Amino acid sequence: MPTRKDHHVTALQLETNPTRTIDARGSFCPGPLMELIRAIREGQVGDILAIISSDNGSRTDIPAWVAKAGHRLVGVFPHEGYDEIVVEKLK
Amino acid sequence: MKSILVLGGGVGGTLVANLISRKIKKQIDAGEARVTVVDETGEHVYQPGFMYIAMGNQDPKSLRKPERRLLDDRVDLVIGTITAIDEEHSQVELADGSRLDYSELILATGSRILPETIEYFEQEAHHFYSEQAAGRLRKALDAFTGGKVVVGIASMPYKCPPAPLEVAFLIEAELRERGLRDKSDLHYCSPIARAFTIESVSEMATPELEKKGIELHTFFNVETIDPERKMVLSLEGEELEYDLLVLVPPHKGAQVLMDSGFAPRPGGWLPTDPKTLNVGGRENVWALGDATDLPLSKAGSTAHFEAPVIAERVAARVQAREPHAKESVYTGKVMCFFEVGDGKGTLLRFDYENPPHPPTPSRLWHVGKIFFNKTYYRIVPRGRGGTLEKRL
Repeated sequence: MPTRKDHHVTALQLETNPTRTIDARGSFCPGPLMELIRAIREGQVGDILAIISSDNGSRTDIPAWVAKAGHRLVGVFPHEGYDEIVVEKLK
Repeated sequence: MKSILVLGGGVGGTLVANLISRKIKKQIDAGEARVTVVDETGEHVYQPGFMYIAMGNQDPKSLRKPERRLLDDRVDLVIGTITAIDEEHSQVELADGSRLDYSELILATGSRILPETIEYFEQEAHHFYSEQAAGRLRKALDAFTGGKVVVGIASMPYKCPPAPLEVAFLIEAELRERGLRDKSDLHYCSPIARAFTIESVSEMATPELEKKGIELHTFFNVETIDPERKMVLSLEGEELEYDLLVLVPPHKGAQVLMDSGFAPRPGGWLPTDPKTLNVGGRENVWALGDATDLPLSKAGSTAHFEAPVIAERVAARVQAREPHAKESVYTGKVMCFFEVGDGKGTLLRFDYENPPHPPTPSRLWHVGKIFFNKTYYRIVPRGRGGTLEKRL
């Protein structure tokens, strides 16, 4: 079954090969960090989660939450018009 | 015969069925098409009203209406529990063993709450996401004589992102009114770095929280409850003591969607195209409202603005024509009222391209929300909201 991830991934240049990609471009409410938190809650330990965000605040908010929640920030990869922020679920 | 099947008779399902039937009334009258809504209870419930059972003397009976009365005469209603969606045969199976065919399928199955998935939730915490729970919270507030009140979020995603912040403001206002404010500490736990996800709303809400002495805890995603120590613990490793605990419970999509292979586990949210609202690349299956995985508010308003897009796309397929370009693309539009307590509110209006710029809180928007609550049944599910939306 084609997934939403598959539908969008051809339009994106992803730096990594994540377990799951969340396209949160244009998300104002609840917003990219909440979408990541949802993916972390639904995921398994070891999952690599990529959140695509066009919100400038995500570059600082998401790494700050990842550090506090005890997961691993793989990297913040800037692209034209969006960032790809990649996180590994550690617990 | 083109069979348009709508699963779910909430705001999204009711509205989309009505809009489709109006667009294809010629085909329905000629016996070439039919529109059917399948709903589990046959009752249409206005969920935003639950909060007002807890906080505003809302009569629960007025939040329910027979679904049949809200549907156009040309729309059929089947009351039953959906047990399976058989994609191979384009049929939906009901609990009584009957099967309904579909040529176009619209999934408006909403979201469900599962407080029981957090241990001790039901004995220790309150919520306002059902009539019964809101009534219980009202009784707990009536019996409250002061202490630590903690409002938090134990779910992602959840219905109505502003709701827990609204409830924190409304509880503070009530305790002040009852002379219990000096005996109470109020705490609001936000899952993110600020009070609310929308920066401009957070900039408005944070001084209000400070002014009202509600302590803001950021990066606090509620995970577990310790009933012996009366502590709520977060995903981030922090804990907070409570006397009265109000939490947003865990939410999931409909179980049948996961069991039938339409939505992934564990959340059950349907992979949905952000513009066409098709599900998982299927050309004859759509989703709207809470059931989707779109990074949008789970709110009736979202379904309200999604429904016309699906209606136009489905009607175009039935009538073998191209959909009208302007009406057949969802722009991410959402519009919600937001209470800040003391009879004031504001309005959140945004889409995929345009962030919200909420006006300064005032009585106008609070009154607007109350007016909307009271006129909802007459305007929204029947598809008469166009004029109201333009006025706002």
